[in-house]
Amino acid sequence: MKEDLLVGFVGNPNCGKTTLFNAYTGANLKVANWPGVTVEKKEGAFKYHNMRFRLVDLPGIYSLTSYTMEEKLTREFILSSNVDVIINIVDASTLERNLYLTLQLIELGIPVVVALNMMDIVEERGMEIDLHRLPEMLGVPVIPVSARKKTGLDILMHTVAHHKDKGIDPNLEHHHHNFTNKTCKERKHLRHQEHTIVYSDYIEDKIDIICNLLRKKYGNMEHLRWIAIKHLEMDMTIQKQYPLELAGIVDRSYEEDIINQKYDFIEEIIEEVLVNKNTKAAATDKVDKLLTNQYLGLPIFLGIMAAIFFLTFRIGDMIKGVFEGGLDAFSSAALNLLIAMDASDFMTSLVVDGIIAGVGGILTFLPNIFILFLALAFLEDSGYMARVAYVMEGIMGKVGLSGRAFIPMLLGFGCTVPAIMASRSLENMEDRRRTILITPFMSCSARLPIYVLFSQMFFGENAMLVAYSMYLIGIIVAIIVAYVINKNSDKHKTANLLIELPEYKTPNMRTIFIYVWEKVKDYLTKAGTTIFAASVVIWFVLNFGPNGMVSDMSQSFGALIGKAIAPVLAPAGLGMWQIVVALISGIAAKEVVVSSFSVLFHINNINTSEGMASLVQILSGAGFGALNAYALMVFCLLYIPCAATIGVIQREMRSAKWTIFTILFQLLVAWFVSTLIFQIGSLFL
Amino acid sequence: MTLASARLGGTYIVSDLKLDMVTMRRLESLGLTRGTKIKLLNRNRSGSVIIMVRGSRLALGKNIAELIQMREA
Repeated sequence: MKEDLLVGFVGNPNCGKTTLFNAYTGANLKVANWPGVTVEKKEGAFKYHNMRFRLVDLPGIYSLTSYTMEEKLTREFILSSNVDVIINIVDASTLERNLYLTLQLIELGIPVVVALNMMDIVEERGMEIDLHRLPEMLGVPVIPVSARKKTGLDILMHTVAHHKDKGIDPNLEHHHHNFTNKTCKERKHLRHQEHTIVYSDYIEDKIDIICNLLRKKYGNMEHLRWIAIKHLEMDMTIQKQYPLELAGIVDRSYEEDIINQKYDFIEEIIEEVLVNKNTKAAATDKVDKLLTNQYLGLPIFLGIMAAIFFLTFRIGDMIKGVFEGGLDAFSSAALNLLIAMDASDFMTSLVVDGIIAGVGGILTFLPNIFILFLALAFLEDSGYMARVAYVMEGIMGKVGLSGRAFIPMLLGFGCTVPAIMASRSLENMEDRRRTILITPFMSCSARLPIYVLFSQMFFGENAMLVAYSMYLIGIIVAIIVAYVINKNSDKHKTANLLIELPEYKTPNMRTIFIYVWEKVKDYLTKAGTTIFAASVVIWFVLNFGPNGMVSDMSQSFGALIGKAIAPVLAPAGLGMWQIVVALISGIAAKEVVVSSFSVLFHINNINTSEGMASLVQILSGAGFGALNAYALMVFCLLYIPCAATIGVIQREMRSAKWTIFTILFQLLVAWFVSTLIFQIGSLFL
Repeated sequence: MTLASARLGGTYIVSDLKLDMVTMRRLESLGLTRGTKIKLLNRNRSGSVIIMVRGSRLALGKNIAELIQMREA
């Protein structure tokens, strides 16, 4: 018999939920090490014995209240979509905190199976968890698994299949030895022994009354006890969904009582099941002494970033040489082939000058981008990313943002699109808006090719320093913008930092591989789609004019448009029509600026020293020197973000007005800063 | 005494939370309730702190730390 089983993965942030999910589905999901990244619902399916499992990865949450977007999403999904079984992933190394969510899930009345993850960390610390006692006290199965080592996976699914129709184990152990606890003392009648957590009598009395009222008004309902408890907590969503007249019964919110009694019960559990508590101080604290030190924390962070950029440029450039040789060979082979095939000039030009020059030029930057993302993946998976929020809290606080807003900014060094999505972890809408406005100023990897090319062409030995300065200018502009906005807003309330710091861990190779591979795939896809299309369009716009195909580019459509706009950019030293065309094309994706230069100046080996030399020669001939190149890099750093970023800003803010404002604002900032640099620079040079 | 003025490395018991509802509920779901034992692990120059609560580490900004009332454990 074939069956379909809907299984929801629920757990705290950083509990290894996504890693476990990946282990089953093999889906290339991103694993984050700081709370709140998996906002989207991810699904996967697989077969086990004769059953088809549909797995849903739900956002990491701490609680089933409805105070955050993630909690609302998860709750809504569990309640409305007939989930058969919930797999509750529990981080055994922070058992106490994790069990709080477990108790709430059990209370919902849907079958729950606990997957106890990270047992290796528990053992490393010399602690043990009584795996016989824990399920007895919770009333649900507890299966030890290791998401990283992929152990216990079959047993977990086997348990899920068997547990799908079962509720709480009726043989619950309520006779705990620890009777000093106040909940137990107040529990006179010992009623409701069928439930895992039994509250003190004044709460249980009220739950009984509300349950009766609910039954009278709405008939038999699922999650009855849970809804009654939510009424006691005065949960707004539930009050709206199942309105009840509760005057005299719920005179205040009992939320705090309920939370405290849950934690009292958890303390009882911990007392019973955790053996050898606190035998070894966690290594994390020792590392934290250094990395979050009040004096050393910031210099260490800056040092790490400097090292990352050094690796990105140096090692990346070393590998890049191989790619360039390959591209050169490919380009001349293609040319020979096309000549041998007797292809028309039109075809030959399109393939060699348009596609190979445009797309190929971009592909050679893959090593740089690979190393950058590898480093970012290490920061995330090791647990350091959340510490950055703490280290940066002081500086960010001065410009009216929480240190947490720095995480999206840091991710922006990789790619602006996921960085803007990561701003969702900020609860305050005003904070999010400001963070989204300044995140595009953080120099993303797509801008890297522009820096690599122009700094090598014009700055020789100082190339790396010049490229590094772009990152600094980006950060400085972002901070100044945030400061000015904060100064001019009425709400001076500085956002509050509140973030969990996960244990440090050795980054998992598989997780890092999945993360980096996804980025590399994105980059290749972008080269094959956006950049390919943009290269073709640019080739067309530059080789055709009002009178058909032109032999002189300055008669083309592109030149006409470029010449019309060029005077505006003249004060920034960018008054060449070719540059205008390249900048406009860069809106498709910033790398396209580089491919446009290849197409514009007929250079299909733009990364090789010969290619660069001939480009420098052409540009210098037109009066375009080092200062112009610097202004160009700054302009590329700051102007309109790429089409994908514009799209994600629109999706996140849901306001066309705001999106257009962002575009115009960044254009203005780019023009202003590059003009400033060019004009001041002209005085000295 | 508040968390902002507590001694580094000291262990305390939370006696009161004078925070807005949403922040308070978020702290509570992270295990920080009245009567919870916490240990102050770290403080940086901006006044933000790292505390150990029920086996996990939380970083809290100065504004939150100032509103958490505690007594010596």
